[in-house]
Amino acid sequence: MAQLTHRATALHKSVPAAIFAARHLATASTSPITVETSLPFTGHKIDPPSRSVETTPQELLTFFRDMALMRRMEIAADSLYKAKLIRGFCHLYDGQEAVAVGMEAAINKKDCIITAYRDHCIFLGRGGTLLEAFAELMGRKDGCSKGKGGSMHFYKKEGGFYGGHGIVGAQVPLGCGLAFAQKYNKDENVTFSMYGDGAANQGQLFEALNMAALWDLPAILVCENNHYGMGTAEWRAAKSPAYYKRGDYVPGLKVDGMDALAVKQACKFAKEHALKNGPIILEMDTYRYHGHSMSDPGSTYRTRDEISGVRQERDPIERIRKLILAHDLANEKELKDTEKEVRKEVDDAIAQAKESPMPDPSELFTNVYVKGLGTESFGADRKEVRTVLP
Amino acid sequence: MAASFGVSSAAVAIADHAVKSSAFPLYSLSVIRSEVRPISGRVIRNRKSGKVTTNAVATQAENPASVASKPGHEVLLFEALREGLEEEMERDPRVCIIGEDVGHYGGSYKVSKGLAEKYGDLRVLDTPIAENSFTGMAIGAAMTGLRPVIEGMNMGFLLLAFNQISDNCGMLHYTSGGQFKIPTVIRGPGGVGRQLGAEHSQRLESYFQSIPGIQMVACSTPYNAKGLMKAAIRSENPVVLFEHVLLYNLKERIPDEEYVLSLEEAELVRPGEHVTILTYSRMRYHVMQAAKTLVNKGYDPEVIDIRSLKPFDLYTIGNSVKKTHKVIIVEECMRTGGIGASLTAAINENFHDYLDAPIVCLSSQDVPTPYAGTLEEFTIVQPAQIIAAVEQLCR
Repeated sequence: MAQLTHRATALHKSVPAAIFAARHLATASTSPITVETSLPFTGHKIDPPSRSVETTPQELLTFFRDMALMRRMEIAADSLYKAKLIRGFCHLYDGQEAVAVGMEAAINKKDCIITAYRDHCIFLGRGGTLLEAFAELMGRKDGCSKGKGGSMHFYKKEGGFYGGHGIVGAQVPLGCGLAFAQKYNKDENVTFSMYGDGAANQGQLFEALNMAALWDLPAILVCENNHYGMGTAEWRAAKSPAYYKRGDYVPGLKVDGMDALAVKQACKFAKEHALKNGPIILEMDTYRYHGHSMSDPGSTYRTRDEISGVRQERDPIERIRKLILAHDLANEKELKDTEKEVRKEVDDAIAQAKESPMPDPSELFTNVYVKGLGTESFGADRKEVRTVLP
Repeated sequence: MAASFGVSSAAVAIADHAVKSSAFPLYSLSVIRSEVRPISGRVIRNRKSGKVTTNAVATQAENPASVASKPGHEVLLFEALREGLEEEMERDPRVCIIGEDVGHYGGSYKVSKGLAEKYGDLRVLDTPIAENSFTGMAIGAAMTGLRPVIEGMNMGFLLLAFNQISDNCGMLHYTSGGQFKIPTVIRGPGGVGRQLGAEHSQRLESYFQSIPGIQMVACSTPYNAKGLMKAAIRSENPVVLFEHVLLYNLKERIPDEEYVLSLEEAELVRPGEHVTILTYSRMRYHVMQAAKTLVNKGYDPEVIDIRSLKPFDLYTIGNSVKKTHKVIIVEECMRTGGIGASLTAAINENFHDYLDAPIVCLSSQDVPTPYAGTLEEFTIVQPAQIIAAVEQLCR
């Protein structure tokens, strides 16, 4: 290890930056570090978990890299949208990355995540590739949904990511259905149904919550409270903006959503709870720097000072950077190199996605039905019938 | 197609079927029904030589046609649905039922009676009255591989779940690029009943027909109810199975052996020469009642129960149009935007050259169904109107 470091230092100037970051990630130790979360958790009808979170240098460096990747991807998507390569609706997640990475750190791929339309980063977290994401955004056939879904319809079945839904709140009953299937099949897994502070006022959410509580489904409802439901501030839309308390008989936990370690702790805690006792609500106090979507400047209903204030005080990537530097797990240069490397990765993926062709016109009609329409039918005499429609 | 094989129906003696089916091999390209009868050939000559068949009405009493060589057993339509459900639940542990009052109560129309005792509360799930979210839940479960059968206590209540049915049920396979299949069955009674009032007499098939990605079928006899239920559960696509409030107590003898009908196939109820009458669900019985009178007056209507509301079985329908050159559609949907409207357009587009006269579409009036009995009778199509329409068309 020391020899490697020595040699690497000697070749400092000529060795490409990638190797430094790789060195750190591959050889970073897994010795535990205990970190205190920035804020304590607030519980509703439940004892909150402890503020001390166990983590490792490797995990922290991975957090940094993943969040930098997500941030870079969203900024790149912003430019692509303005260049009219991405059309329609594009909802960006920058600012909220900590929720995605913190959650991934606490669960496995058999656990299910379902979310609404701000899904690009969660897709990445679940194992989606940059190429699939950019190709889908640009409507190319290498996209995760073959270009037929778009920004709001990213899915990754193998990664346990169930989308990607455009209608506000409709994904929460679906999420409870995923939890129902997990209970039906007796998997020891949970479902995270994510929604926003705007969707928290939807009736179907409470209907689904009632059913999840009634049948003890392993459903965790995660409210990503970025304080604005489209263009309306939460205090103007909800009588009670304490979303974690809204479950009434269902326990809730309020979490600082800009602190990846707090998110990880809360999700771990929630998973244990849901497997034993049924549903729990997590409210992630987070913030989005962009407007609701690319058609929303994001500054008509909030001040620029507020946005830059949050960016300075609470930015999730900065928090992890400070943590890494404080614990001396890497130096400034190495982190900058990671960011450069991530930027290059994103640029490469965009270039590759631009090369990807548009879907074939025949794809218009594929996947409307599962191939084969209907089913094989037979009469009482067991003679098979196959209908071929003109 | 090599030969134009016709579709035999419940009204035709099954003895033919037992003989013919062994004589005709199955070609994978042509459309072949399990009960094979050629349209051309000696059968037609039989029709013309003898007097016109008086067996105009289909499934009234014991029906030898739907019986194979063995006698079978008598069931009511809701029992046939339950048999289908139970057989499929036995066969595949992923099949479950989700709906209001389906479990302990046994189903408001007794379709799931006894199933909760047999399969447990999780497989026959009593939900709270929350159509939007339990439909969504069932669809979410289907995304992982379960095969839920969602019951709407009345089809009209599923309007509350329209977003889930349209976006998540119908479109998810497409928007996910084929990653997720949604093998759900959404079933329930609809249609105009006996003075149930406007909100409980809705015909949801007209609202759902535009949703891409779903299939719609309507059952009308115990035989096809069981067959379609089984087919719908086995299908990998989301299927909406429309039952009718007034047809649950129809009695028919159905085979003991297992059978699964085709979801996209129409049923020839009564072969004829003069006019094609296309219908489905309860209106089939009004048509057959009218057919009795028509036959006595010397007309020979061909009655087809279209069964598959989405997609239409244009093959059977087309063959019939090519034969009779006149079409009457009798439906329970309202005039505007109903199944009849779409069917008229489809037939006009595809078979215009074969039509001697414009298509006549008899539908319900564009009004909310009134409570008063006499007014309710005026909203839907009655046999007298069907007779008048045929007489007018076949002048």
